Amino acid sequence: MPRVEDLGVFIRLLARNALGVPMTQYTSHFRKPRAGAEMHIVIVDNGRTDRLGMDEFWTSLKCIRCGACMATCPVYRRSGGLSYDATYAGPIGLIINPTIDFHKYSSLPFASTLNGSCTNVCPVKINIHEQIFAWRKVIAEKGELPATKAAMMKAAGVILSHPRLYRFAVSSAGTALRFLPHFVVYNRLNTWTRGREMPETPRETFHAWWARNRGRQR
Amino acid sequence: MTGRETILAAIARNRPSGEHPLPAIPRFPQPEEGGRVATFLREFTAMGGSVVTGSPETDTIELLRQKVSGTVICSAVPEIVGNRRLGDVAQPRDLADVDVAIVRALLGVAETGSVLFTETELRVNTLAYLAQHLVVLLDPNDIVSGMQDAYDRPEFHQAAYAVFHTGPSGTGDIEGVLVHPAQGVRTLMVAFIARRGARQ
Repeated sequence: MPRVEDLGVFIRLLARNALGVPMTQYTSHFRKPRAGAEMHIVIVDNGRTDRLGMDEFWTSLKCIRCGACMATCPVYRRSGGLSYDATYAGPIGLIINPTIDFHKYSSLPFASTLNGSCTNVCPVKINIHEQIFAWRKVIAEKGELPATKAAMMKAAGVILSHPRLYRFAVSSAGTALRFLPHFVVYNRLNTWTRGREMPETPRETFHAWWARNRGRQR
Repeated sequence: MTGRETILAAIARNRPSGEHPLPAIPRFPQPEEGGRVATFLREFTAMGGSVVTGSPETDTIELLRQKVSGTVICSAVPEIVGNRRLGDVAQPRDLADVDVAIVRALLGVAETGSVLFTETELRVNTLAYLAQHLVVLLDPNDIVSGMQDAYDRPEFHQAAYAVFHTGPSGTGDIEGVLVHPAQGVRTLMVAFIARRGARQ
């Protein structure tokens, strides 16, 4: 905080957005050492000055560590803070960790549905979900996407940009999953089924249901 | 280059372009429903603090003396004499066996139910943390309206150490739920006692 008077706003902001309480239990202010002692302050860069120079990502430095983004996130509020082997927790961590170790954390920004809940609650107005999306572009451009993911993204891009193809793919995949023998779905190539069951596929797509029930009313 | 020079040079190089003047900070009046003291008490008790109030038969100081008798008491106030002298403390850790610490607050904040201490009130900073229970004397006239008013105090530009306490120690690290106590005092009590020689 640049000025003491700024503390009157930000100290309140922190506790209110962290736990919804008026104030943290202990808020200490150190100006100088106690009599007869020394005080040392160690400032660690930790990639922050590099991030300051990134047009799309420098505003993440405004973070006050309240954790509101973590509490609202549909993923992190279930999985807890220190998931995904990363020190900076929560949605804000998805955009901070890649500046600390780009290679190690290159898969983190993909662990998001981009629903934007984090951005909505952020008290210092960091556009978290937009930065998550921007990181995906950087990661793809720098060739950090695994080959299978890149291929799947390319295929998904084609299918999602052609509505007829998309509807055919969704209904035929659903039908196929219901009739395929067990070993075809549950094998080493499908990492999802190593520890989980496949979700049940609906007998009908929503699009087909709508056409059948409401389509003729117009 | 030293680490300091490296970091400062990188900041100068990477600083986002344009002017970024500091904003003027607006102040909004606090609602203070029921009055300032009532507002303070509401927030203070919501954060886990309790209040000691005497009766016509037993005044507050006498009631406090009765409450803490038979324990290791370390007092930093003239109103109550303890049995551990602060003047004898050689190391901050020597206060580890104190049961009850008694300190006067520099001020209270109605908005948040906080009390403020500096090293002048605490005399030994660990007193407010190593004791099992903390008793705070607070003059109702020392309660300010909001946090912004508290930060107007000159102590924030003078004291070596200043700290707001808001309820006894606690943590919200697990599942976002506040749990008392944690690393510091187990209970925090406030007693409204006017400063000696204070304005009437």
